[in-house]
Parts: sequence; C-alpha cells; structure tokens
Amino acid sequence: MATDVTSSDTAAAANGLPPGTDLVRLKDIASDLRCLVCQNQTIADSNAGLAVDLRNQVAKLMSQGKTDTEIKQYMVDRYGEFVLYDPPFSVSNALLWVGPFILVVAGVWITRRMIAARAQVPDVPELSEAQRAAVEARYRQGQ
Amino acid sequence: MIAEIGQLLLSLAFAASLVIGLQHLWGLRRVAAPGVDLAAANRILGTTAFLTFVLVAASFGLLATLFMGSDFSVLNVAENSNTLLPLQYKFAATWGSHEGSFLLWNLMLCGWTAAVALASNALAAGYRARVLTLLLVLQAFFLLFLLSSSNPFERLLPAVAEGRDLNPLLQDPFMVIHPPMLYMGYVGFAVAFAFAVAALMEGRLDPTWARWSRPWANAAWSFLTIGILLGSWWAYRELGWGGWWFWDPVENASLMPWLAGTALIHSLAVTDKRDALKSWTILLSLVAFALSLLGTFLVRSGVLTSVHAFATDPKRGIFILSMLMLIVGASLVLYALRTRDIGLGGRFGKVSRESFLLANNVLMSAALGAVMLGTLYPLFAEVLSGRKMSVGPPYFEAVFVPLLLPAAYLMAVAPNLRWKESTLPAVLRPMLLPTLAALLLATAAVLWLGPFKWLTVLGLTGALILAWGTADHARRQLAKLSTNGDSGSLGARAGKLGASYWGMVIAHLGVAAFVAGVSMVKSYEFERDLVMKPAETVQVGSNRITFIGVDQGSGPNYVTQHGVFELTEGEGKVIYLMEPQKRMYQAGRQVMTEAAIDYGMFRDVYVSLGEPVEPKPGEAASDQGWSVRIYVKPFMAWVWIACLMMAIGGGTTLFDRRYRLRRAAAPAADAASASSPAQA
Amino acid sequence: MGGRLRIILPLLVLIALAVVFVIGLQHDPRKLPSVLVDKPAPAFSLPALSEGQTVVTPDALKGKVWLMNVFASWCGACVAEHPLLLAIAAKNAVPLVGLAYKDEPADTREWLAQRGNPYTQIAIDRNGLVGIDYGVYGVPETFVIDGAGVIRYKQVGPVDEAFFTEHVAPLLAQEAH
Repeated sequence: MATDVTSSDTAAAANGLPPGTDLVRLKDIASDLRCLVCQNQTIADSNAGLAVDLRNQVAKLMSQGKTDTEIKQYMVDRYGEFVLYDPPFSVSNALLWVGPFILVVAGVWITRRMIAARAQVPDVPELSEAQRAAVEARYRQGQ
Repeated sequence: MIAEIGQLLLSLAFAASLVIGLQHLWGLRRVAAPGVDLAAANRILGTTAFLTFVLVAASFGLLATLFMGSDFSVLNVAENSNTLLPLQYKFAATWGSHEGSFLLWNLMLCGWTAAVALASNALAAGYRARVLTLLLVLQAFFLLFLLSSSNPFERLLPAVAEGRDLNPLLQDPFMVIHPPMLYMGYVGFAVAFAFAVAALMEGRLDPTWARWSRPWANAAWSFLTIGILLGSWWAYRELGWGGWWFWDPVENASLMPWLAGTALIHSLAVTDKRDALKSWTILLSLVAFALSLLGTFLVRSGVLTSVHAFATDPKRGIFILSMLMLIVGASLVLYALRTRDIGLGGRFGKVSRESFLLANNVLMSAALGAVMLGTLYPLFAEVLSGRKMSVGPPYFEAVFVPLLLPAAYLMAVAPNLRWKESTLPAVLRPMLLPTLAALLLATAAVLWLGPFKWLTVLGLTGALILAWGTADHARRQLAKLSTNGDSGSLGARAGKLGASYWGMVIAHLGVAAFVAGVSMVKSYEFERDLVMKPAETVQVGSNRITFIGVDQGSGPNYVTQHGVFELTEGEGKVIYLMEPQKRMYQAGRQVMTEAAIDYGMFRDVYVSLGEPVEPKPGEAASDQGWSVRIYVKPFMAWVWIACLMMAIGGGTTLFDRRYRLRRAAAPAADAASASSPAQA
Repeated sequence: MGGRLRIILPLLVLIALAVVFVIGLQHDPRKLPSVLVDKPAPAFSLPALSEGQTVVTPDALKGKVWLMNVFASWCGACVAEHPLLLAIAAKNAVPLVGLAYKDEPADTREWLAQRGNPYTQIAIDRNGLVGIDYGVYGVPETFVIDGAGVIRYKQVGPVDEAFFTEHVAPLLAQEAH
C-alpha cells in the first residue's frame, strides 16, 4: 500500500533539523552563505561537515525568531564577510556594484562620439563583389 | 622509451616552431619586406605548420598509449589513472590533468595553424606569411611552457604498482568531450588574433580582412559554445543538486572569451559589410584571445579558489602570467601604435544596423566587464586591503540579467534596420502589435502558472518577440525574393539568402529559446527534500514517484548503492524507471552521486539519492528510509537545445559561398583591374 | 580624445591586472584570517574531558596569556603538530587548553593516551557549536588569548617551530611588565 510522503517534518528530522523548519527559507539563506572548507560552494549545496553544522545553526537561529539579516550578521561576526556570497553594498564594494553600469554608460558615450566623429568623414560607398575583388587585387599588387 | 620519444617529439616541434617562427617574424617585420621571397616563405611556413602538427599529434598519441597501457612509470599516468579504470576513461585521462590537458591545448593550436595553412592559399602572400608566422611563434611559446614546467612525460622512478585514479568527477562521457571542445574554442580565437595582429603589422587593413577572419572567428565561437554547453550539462548530471551554472571563477573564465567572441563575430559582420568599426573589431580580436589566455591563467595558477582548478602551483602561475603579459602586451602596444593607420571607415547614422550591432558590442562588453569585475574583485580587495570577501551567484545574477535581457529586444529589431541609415519609427511600427501580443501572452502564461513575476514576464516577452522578429524577417526576405521575379522553389530562394543569413537565424532563435528556458527554469523550478521508505510514493507536480528500493551493485571500478524509482504520469502509467546511484570509487574512496534524470521537452524530473536514515530499533535494514532530493525543472531542456542551436548557427555560417569565392575572384579581379586602370 | 583613451586603456588594464595577479599569487586563496583578532574571546562553558563534571570556561583563565588548540582524534594534521604542542607544554610558560572538536570523548582519551597529553585542560565540544563561535573552519587551529581575554592571534593549520617565539613570547614579555 503506497503511502503518501509529503511531510517536510520527516525531511527536516532526517537532516537533523528541528521539526517545522521552513526549509524553503533555510535554503534561501543557506544559498547566500559560502562553505568555508569547500572550493566555492554554498552551504546549501555542500555536504561537508562544517556546512551541515552551519545549516543546522541557521535553522536554530530561524527557530529563535532571528531575521535573515541577523542570521547573516551572526555568520559574518564569526567568519568575516568572506562567508557572504552576496557582497553588501558598502563604500568598499561600491565599484563592484556600480561598475557594470558605469561600463554601459561609458559605452553609450563612446558610441555617440564615434557616430558623431563619422558624420565629418566622407562617406564610403558599399562595395559590390566586383569592386571588392578589384580592391583586393590592387592590395595584392602592393605586396 | 615511449615517454622519452614523446618528449623528444615535443622538443622537435618546439624547435621547429621557434626557429621558423622567429626567423620569419624578423624577416617580415617591415611592411614592405624587401628581399623576402614570399612564395618560398609561405611554403616553408606551411610545411612547418604541418610538421609541428604531426609531431605534437604523435606525441599526444604516445601519451594516450601510455595511459591505455597503464604505464605507471610515468608520473602523469600514475597520478591520474588506475588499472581498474575503463578503457575509454584511461584514454580520457590523457587530458585529465594540467599537463595532459595542456598538451591537448598545444595539439589544438597546431591543428588550427595547420588548418589555416591549408585553407589560406588564396590569401595575399605577405599577409598569409605573417599570419602563419604569428601562429608558429604562439606555438613556440606554449610548447616552451609545456616542456619547461608541465612536462606530461615526466618519469616516476621507481614506478608504482597502481595509479591513484582519474578523479571520479571526470569519469563521465561529457567530461571526455568537454575539454577538447572548450580548447578548440579558446585556441580557435588565436587565429582571429593572428589575423588581426598580422593586419596591424602590415599597417593597413584591406576590406577583405574581415571576410577572411569571419569563418575562423565563427568556428572558434561555435566550438566554445559547445564546450561551455557540455560543461554545464555535465555539472547538471554529475553534481547531484540540479545546478548547472554556478558563476564559479573557472566557469566565468570560459564565459568571458565567449562574450568577447560574440561581440567579435558581430563586429566582424559590420567591418565585412561596411568597412566600419575596424579599430574596434581589431581590438576585440585581440581581447578575445587575451581572455582565453586569462582563463588559462586563472584555472592553472591557483590564484582563485574553484571547484575546477587544477592542482595549483604559483611558479606555473608566474610563467603563464609572463606569457600572457608578453603576448597580449605586445599586441596591445602594436594596436596603440598602428590603429591610426587603419582608418575610420564607413559612416553610419544613429539608427542603423551598424549602430545596433555596436550597441550589441557595448552590452557584451559591459557584461564581460561585469563578469570580470565580479570574478576578480575578491582578489583585488585582498591585494589592496587585505580583506577577504566573496562574490557569488547573487551578484552575477543581479548584474548580468539587466545587461543582457535588453540585448534580446535589440536583436529582434536589428535585422529590420538598413545599413548606414534607417529610421526608428519605420522599423518599430510593425513590431508594436507583436510586442504587445508577446507581452500579453507572457503575462497570461505567468499568471496561469502562479503569482505575477515581472522579471519572468520580461524574459518571456523578450524570447517571444525575438523568435517572432527573427522568423518574420526570414519570411519577408524569402517573400521579397519571389516578388523580385526570382520565383524559384523555396529551397532555391533560401539558398540565395546565404548560409551566413541562415546561421544568424538559427543562432538568434537559439538565443530566444535560451531566454525562454532560463526564465522558466529560474522562476518555476522546485525541489522536494524528503525521506522515503520502500513502497512510499510522492506527488511531485503532475507526476508520482514511487520508491522501489535500493540494492547494492558494482561497476568496473566502483561499488554502488543503486536506487530504483518509478515515475508515473497521470493514472498509473509508468513512464520511466529512475535509477540514481551513490557510487564509491575504490581507488580513491571518493563518493559520487549519479542523479537520475527524466528529460522532457517541458520539464525535467531529477532524482538524487542522499544518505540512508538509521533504521529505528526493530526496523529491518531493508525497510530503512533514504533521504531523497527530487527536482522538477520546467523547460530545462530548452537551455541545452538553445546552446546547441547557437553553435549550429555559428557552424552554418561557415558554408557561406562568399568565403569560398576568393580563388575565383582573384583572376577575375586581375582582369577587372586590367580593363579599368582609371579606377586606381 | 575618446580615441586616445581607447588605445591606452586596454594596456593600462593589462598592467594593473598583472600587478594584482603577481601579488595575488603569493597568497593562499584558501586561508581565511580570523575576524576575531583583537576581540574578546567568546565565552563558553563546556564539560571537561577529565572525569567529573568540572567545567572549562575562558573566564577562569583571565589574568594570564593562554592558548586554545582545536583538535580531534580524526584529524591527520593534528598528529603532525602534536610533538610541537608537547614541547610548548614542557616549557610550562602558558596554559594550553584543548578543544576536542566534534569528537567522541572515548576517542579523544585514547588518542591522547597514545600520543601524550600536552593540555592543562580539555573542553569537549561535541557538536562544534563553540567552534562556530570562534570561527573555526578546520582542524587544527590554535588561538592565542591575552590576559584581558582578548584573542590576539589565530594559527590556521598546524603550529610550526616559529609559532611560540613569534606569537606567544612577545605577549608573555608584555605581561611581565
């Protein structure tokens, strides 16, 4: 007789988490935290001992009613900002967050200058295939 | 003996590349190159290209023989192979290490050089000579690095009885083809690089330079697309948690040249057609290869942590960095000096196909900059201020999407623009109704699937409008041909449009599919983390998954916990038997998860076996529960198909007739110039 | 002017990258310096390994420089550093507190019985929670804590010969004055 398994409590228990843990929120928070012993994984994905411990700690803090920010701060207090995969928007990280958009603005500015510069230049007619061939022939003769 | 011969062959290839390359680099340094017999030079260069290819290929073959014969007196074989390893993986282990994969890199470079030598007989003599010279000099550089710091034939004496093993992560068919495809891409950009530097050396850029470069750049880009696709698909299948892109530094290292390459192939189109953006296209040719080299550096030097990084060695890192500086620095200096001579090129208006392609360049470059910024920022922060920080997926996703989603919309409009001058209202008006329809369709779809998500709506609208715009443009081009009195069959008219055009259509449809796929997967994927006992069943979406049980099994070099699940759809129709495994590879005692995936056009069901749960007292071991992760990923297959379409599109352009007209054009041109001397 | 910039910019970027890379190559990207340096050692109260329910707390050690070594019987590198710890213990200059991290007390006892016990006290951290408070991410790690209870240095990985002279002796000299 097939039984329907829908209880996330069972899963929580299986993972050693307190029953009633909001697994979705846990995954969200854990996906923003870096596993310190692995080579570049989140603590949500990693199965290293420390990752499991930290996930449990996040679950415990969640059950104590801490907010996402408080939980992340808890981790940063102990492990430094290295543990955050989402770099906070601070003065030292300003270039990181603003940089790409500066690049777009710079690109647009350069583009406009290029188009304006070309307005001064006599126009180059589009070459037909025969004309192209002729140009290339002259180019070869210059070799 | 075999190892020593392998090493000797590499040394010979190095000597040949070095001597012939430097000799001709010196001889051709002046633009006019007086006293140089170009015909003879070309023969020598071509022969050297073939010779070095044969030597390196033979050397590679010998290394493969050592692996397949499990010769553990060679250090590389001892560290990366094992007698129990199945034969195909013994072969793949040839490139499973830094040394072996770098030999593969060199083989690809020699291959591309030989291909250029073979296919460029119709190029102007001096230009061809310079291109081949530059490629041979590059070969010399890389062979020097290989021989001096990464010798794959180094001996291990006394030999060991059993090797360590190939990393189980690499024991997968996808991992076997992923590096060769990736390197074909990386190294392929060396050809576009050589074409650009040769042009700078000559101090002049003829209008056909772009047309010559295009097939090579397109080919390299297509290979790189496939390489990245395979790597991503492998991660999806092998890593056990359904992820397929992690913004890992090594993944970013392959994405950066891809973005530069995308900008390059579009920029080359403008230069080819309108002789415009010449300076930009040259710079992009240099940058694409520079980024390939940067990627090599990041992966092999240990300067960044990554799941992918090879065993690291800072000394090696310094060597690669020096090579990078020399090659890229020299080419950028040449660019700085000679770019003025290249000239400004054709004029184009604020709204024109050129300007939209230039906008593509800008967006690709900004995306490239963002990826580079995110990847290198932690390193910069540490060097400049000593603090350790991380930049991960939250950053990249937040920045990448706003930069590239607009590109999809621009791509929908761009083919409708005329070269040189076009008006926006004329082009946008016909798009208005379809855009509205797409928006409504997307909104309806999103609302039907759940709560309103504006980003998903934007993504789906972009995908729809891009697909419609591309298909509609093709339809109108075909229709135009028949109204012009060219009433041939559909096939004939399609042929008239050219392989280049159809390549673009396929690739752009691929992009539309990609945007749709990613929008759907990211917005609607879900996972269930459960414990299941045998005979238990769970409802996941419209499917039911029943856990049958786990039995023990074994493979050639591993033992496995082999789970069996039944996937049924609707009422009781078993559509798939899913068999995820947990393998323990005996040699290194590493545990690998093999997920079971039921691929579908509109969703993937993905089952991964976790750990067994301790049986409660009184419970039989065979009744114990297992922790199981089930994912449902809508439209995941679209992502893979989309990348394949992009690569096929790129490959299709290689068949364009225009790229093969060269030989025929040359004699015709002589006739033309003879009959109209006034044109000079 | 935009043209000149475009020409020089790539070269400048390249040079800047090269400088950063050269410096970066000297660093180990996996080593994480402690953010708790110059902060008070987190308080804890753990059962001691020795029989009886005596409890180990950092408070009891205020007033003198002391060391906390995080170790485990399942840790390979701990075996390598153990002789150096015994040597430090022999100096009798500083209390050496051991934190048995995520270990079964029976295993810890056996491990120490086999190799010698350099610790003045051993705290049992079964679930690793105190380790988390101290930002422990690997084993072994050693903390140098001064008389005021402030963490002054964290050694990531096994201690080496220079550890005592470089990081402990100067603090002892300060305390003496």
